[in-house]
Amino acid sequence: MQFNGQVALVTGASRGIGAAIAETLAQAGAKVIGTATTADGAAAIDARLAPLGGAGVAFNVTGGAEAVDALISDVETRFGPVAILVNNAGITRDQLLMRMKDEDWDAIMDTNLKSVYRLSKAVLRGMMKARSGRIINIASVVGVSGNAGQCNYAAAKAAIIGFSKSLALEVGSRGITVNSVAPGFIDTDMTRALPEAQRAALVNQIALGRLGEAQDIADTVAFLASAQAKYITGQTLHVNGGMLMP
Amino acid sequence: MENIEARVKKIVAEQLGVNEAEVKNESSFVDDLGADSLDTVELVMALEEEFGCEIPDEEAEKITTVQQAIDYVSGHQG
Repeated sequence: MQFNGQVALVTGASRGIGAAIAETLAQAGAKVIGTATTADGAAAIDARLAPLGGAGVAFNVTGGAEAVDALISDVETRFGPVAILVNNAGITRDQLLMRMKDEDWDAIMDTNLKSVYRLSKAVLRGMMKARSGRIINIASVVGVSGNAGQCNYAAAKAAIIGFSKSLALEVGSRGITVNSVAPGFIDTDMTRALPEAQRAALVNQIALGRLGEAQDIADTVAFLASAQAKYITGQTLHVNGGMLMP
Repeated sequence: MENIEARVKKIVAEQLGVNEAEVKNESSFVDDLGADSLDTVELVMALEEEFGCEIPDEEAEKITTVQQAIDYVSGHQG
């Protein structure tokens, strides 16, 4: 898979799955712009990606339409139109629904879902003109399976899948593909926050008998972003070690 | 004025992949020229670029014929 200087925008690229995606696309020849919410996070991304022709930028996905427009026009001016968008930024606010606060719900919807809407919309103009583009949205196994304590997160992740299918229908005729990747339990800071007993119980449900690695997701994203995946759109690719076979 | 008309017709023909001779002032993008909803969005984008103006969504929705596009551009050219 070779990207020959195509511009890729990856949100939430400072660590975990996003960092692996940014690194993998950059190694394969894409100019990758990775976003992080903090200036420190952006600087760390910049240190990794600048030698490969990319950059790290500070950007909060909940910053509203103006912030998104400013980001896209900055990226287009410095690097060119975005050919590949990876909506990866995400957070958790786990809580039983009966104890969930409005803030827990809203934070998830803003960061995990509304960001997908805003960024996808912002890059479409350039992709329509180019008559090509790749939008890859990071969903989750729990968006399909459900998970106690994650009504908010699972709802947002399921919504991402419906969003991707609908947008795939809207822009398919312009050579733009839109797909979701649904990671299972991947060894990241997010899953390291789980209690040990819960992690052990989860591993028991995984056919391959272990958690996945961020690289497993990054390789899947790189494939969907590549020219080789040109006939795949509106799909949800499950990368979960056989934990769920929908 | 004629210049704007000719430029609009050229863009319409290019965007919708039709012969410029088929593009009449009264032509409806959807009914006469075979545009779908995404084509009309792209057409507005192309007009914005050609004439250096921004067409708000609520105005763009009202532009359904070649003449309406010409009128809008004539009235809003910066």
